[in-house]
Amino acid sequence: MEGEIEMPAVELQGVVKKYGEFVALRTIDLEIKVNEFFTLLGPSGCGKTTLLRAIAGFEDITAGAILLGGERIGDLPPNKRPINTVFQHYALFPHMTVEDNVAFGMRMLGAPRSEVADRSRKMLELVKLGDFARRRPDQLSGGQQQRVALARAMAPRPRVLLLDEPLSALDLKLRHAMRVELKQLQKETGITFVFVTHDQEEALTMSDRIGVMDQGMLQQVGTPREIYEKPNNRFVADFIGETNLFDVRVSEVGERGCVCAFGERGSIGCEATGRPLVGAACHLSIRPEGLDMRSREDAESPLGGKVEQIVYLGTDTQYLVRTPVGELITVRRQNAVADGVEFSVGDEVSLLPRPGAARLLAD
Amino acid sequence: MAKISGRIRRYPGFFPMTVLCLILLYSPLIVVAAYSFNDSLSITLWGGFSFRWYLDVFFGLEADKFRDAAWNSLSIAFMAATASTIIATAASIGMVRGGEFKAKPASFALISLPLMVPEIVTAVATLIFFSTIGFARGYATILVAHIVFCIPFAYLPIEARLKGIEGTFEEAAQDLYASRWQAFRYVLFPLMAPGVVAGYLLAFIISLDDFIITNFVKGAGIETLPTAIFGAVKQGIKPNILALSTLMLLISVGFVTISYFVSRMGVKPGGYRPSAAIRKKKGV
Amino acid sequence: MAGIGGRSGESSSSAFAPIRAWLILPTWLIIGFFLVVPVGTMLVYSFLTKEFRGGVIWEFSLAAYDRFIFDRGLFGDEPPKLELTYITIFARSTIQAAAATLLCLIIGFPTAFYIATRPVSTRAIWLFLVTVPYWVNLLVRTVSMKFLIRESGPLNSFLQWTGAISEPLQIINTDFAVQLGLFYSYLPFMVLPIYASVERYDFALSEAAADLYATRWTILRKVLLPTVKPGIIAGCILVFVPSLGAFLAPDLLGGAKNFMIGSLIEEQFKGNAGNWPFGAAAAMILLSMVLVVLMIYARRQSGRSRE
Repeated sequence: MEGEIEMPAVELQGVVKKYGEFVALRTIDLEIKVNEFFTLLGPSGCGKTTLLRAIAGFEDITAGAILLGGERIGDLPPNKRPINTVFQHYALFPHMTVEDNVAFGMRMLGAPRSEVADRSRKMLELVKLGDFARRRPDQLSGGQQQRVALARAMAPRPRVLLLDEPLSALDLKLRHAMRVELKQLQKETGITFVFVTHDQEEALTMSDRIGVMDQGMLQQVGTPREIYEKPNNRFVADFIGETNLFDVRVSEVGERGCVCAFGERGSIGCEATGRPLVGAACHLSIRPEGLDMRSREDAESPLGGKVEQIVYLGTDTQYLVRTPVGELITVRRQNAVADGVEFSVGDEVSLLPRPGAARLLAD
Repeated sequence: MAKISGRIRRYPGFFPMTVLCLILLYSPLIVVAAYSFNDSLSITLWGGFSFRWYLDVFFGLEADKFRDAAWNSLSIAFMAATASTIIATAASIGMVRGGEFKAKPASFALISLPLMVPEIVTAVATLIFFSTIGFARGYATILVAHIVFCIPFAYLPIEARLKGIEGTFEEAAQDLYASRWQAFRYVLFPLMAPGVVAGYLLAFIISLDDFIITNFVKGAGIETLPTAIFGAVKQGIKPNILALSTLMLLISVGFVTISYFVSRMGVKPGGYRPSAAIRKKKGV
Repeated sequence: MAGIGGRSGESSSSAFAPIRAWLILPTWLIIGFFLVVPVGTMLVYSFLTKEFRGGVIWEFSLAAYDRFIFDRGLFGDEPPKLELTYITIFARSTIQAAAATLLCLIIGFPTAFYIATRPVSTRAIWLFLVTVPYWVNLLVRTVSMKFLIRESGPLNSFLQWTGAISEPLQIINTDFAVQLGLFYSYLPFMVLPIYASVERYDFALSEAAADLYATRWTILRKVLLPTVKPGIIAGCILVFVPSLGAFLAPDLLGGAKNFMIGSLIEEQFKGNAGNWPFGAAAAMILLSMVLVVLMIYARRQSGRSRE
């Protein structure tokens, strides 16, 4: 991939957005590739919606540049940008039929009448609503409205489609079904999707790449696997999935990894991003499923303690282990592959990080 | 449980009071309407059913006076309601869709000022003002005064409607390549329309209704229906006044009924069809 | 997105911020030029000298306000005596407006309450019934009331026919007739705010009180009325303020001896006999009274919202 010169679909260069004193976006640099399903993931208030609205043209940016296919669009109003949006609550025009909603963008662009009718019908068929053209939005269910919103936004063939938490208004079952459908639609149409969500599961299942945001900054950009398995920093590790975080001190730095010490209790080997300094205080992240739990008699480890609580979760069982220094460690074991060893509350256990599971994080 | 909570909601005497209230409200109107069909020169004695006083209103001795007054009233109401609705629509968009700004509370106070100043004070002030600047009293002064006090009546329903419309509709329109003006023309305005119609009807009725301000600023030689009726009533109630009152009553009730249904009208099938309008505009 | 998403997600946008000044400007100009400036002019007039043919001489004078309180004889050269005529008119107007407000409250509260406790489907129709007469021309309504209650009018004929009375009741040209007329003019202003607050009232509160051994009327007094009080106060103000300066009801139903502020002011501008500065002063005093009431109300409101 590298070396291949393809113009990114969207390029953000040092984008800053301030509301008075408040900095909503601090120097965002990002390239979103053509045909990519890119997700902006982050908690409430992290700036992801602001970033999306800046790309759409609803927010002026304070500094930086937004490029679409290499052209600067930062000064263009929303109606001059070949970008369309699926709004969080769809914003379907209540006084128009479904068909008129879908045709709206093309009509505004002045497309010939026959083409407008043709394409509207095709788009509605694409989202499986061919029979609903004459209905009004308020006569449709939430899921159907969602599809109309998609059809309407895709009808004018935008270069980039922005989706602002479009699944948040749907119930759980529908949300899961729509994930699959959205992904399929994206593949079929080949449109670049920029998807905003606070739901990590949504992000992990649908995206080609994810940008994790917090406090107006992009914390990490990468594939779902990279984000989950190789988090860059404490925030990403904590926000994506569940993890155990430990305060440690780096004791050795090697070629492929390093060793860190848990105070007096001993040390373990781990992977790291970048090159930490020997002696530096860092965080160590180990996912609950990255810990192998053994009986105290069977194995020795700097991590271990007493099983305090056992929660049965269906496919997994979750154990809370209290260490002698008072930390609470979460461990998850799959029930299907249980090795016959059963633990009960009060057992003394040792916890051994699986290979590659322990990651040293920058703050 | 339902029974108990029902008992808590119900107070003896409240229903009879409501009936009394409705009797007080409707009996004068019903009685006047009934007596307007009285075929008798006396307003007291019943002389059989007839339309003679309605004919008298249209063709009798005072018919010319009433016709001129009606024309003045209706034309002023039409123009005052139109002007105040346009002004109020613009103001409501500026107030509701203009973001936060320093002069907003002051602007709102100014818009509602005609509601807070007692009518007779407005009447006196307007009379003195026109007299000071040497503007001859007549049709134009009535019209200007009516536009002023109709603005808040037109404004309030429009503002209420506009506040209920999410800003994302306009954003969606602009996102779909509509210019600011097109977003207003094809999305915001059709959604606002029921509020605008309600505001217009309200302003129209308020203009028709006004007596005191008109009486002060009208000058000699021009009458509206209320001032004409007032003048006639000062000499005693005559049967043709009952007929005229009944006609005005019917117009008011008709208007209110229309405005009632318009304000309840959400956005319903068969209402506004944008496709045709847009096509025409684009010439395709 | 507490700070920012809230901004984008909230229902009102600021799409028209760049041209808002142009949108509001016509309102500013029209109301400013044709209402604020006139009220200012009126204030100036109240300090001018009257001209005998109706109008003013541009000469500063406190005569208009002086005349309100003192009687200085026909030519203004006698020692000042306290003059009660105008103070009485203002006092009577205040009392009449208060009485009309009370009448509206006594009849309007049960009505509003009854409507608010109807099933949702029928409430709109009840409200419609109560508000329709309001939209009938005020003059037509007042004339209708005058027609109904006059001495040889249908009400008296009806009552005599039923045998309830032998002699016609004197209703017209009494204080009560004026109150009735004001009630008829402004009743919806009382009903609507009370209706709105009773509709918002959570009857679970009544149930809780009943559970704690309160009787129905105790609940009304101790729980319901305090909760819906803002609606009642708003209703009272909305009726009291226009009643104070009303003209038609007192003029047509009250007769000469029940003169109120409206008629007093009107008389000053009628023909050549008037006294414009005095009329302007009376209007200024009326306006001040109304503004004081509104300001007390606004202060209470803001105090409430700060709580």
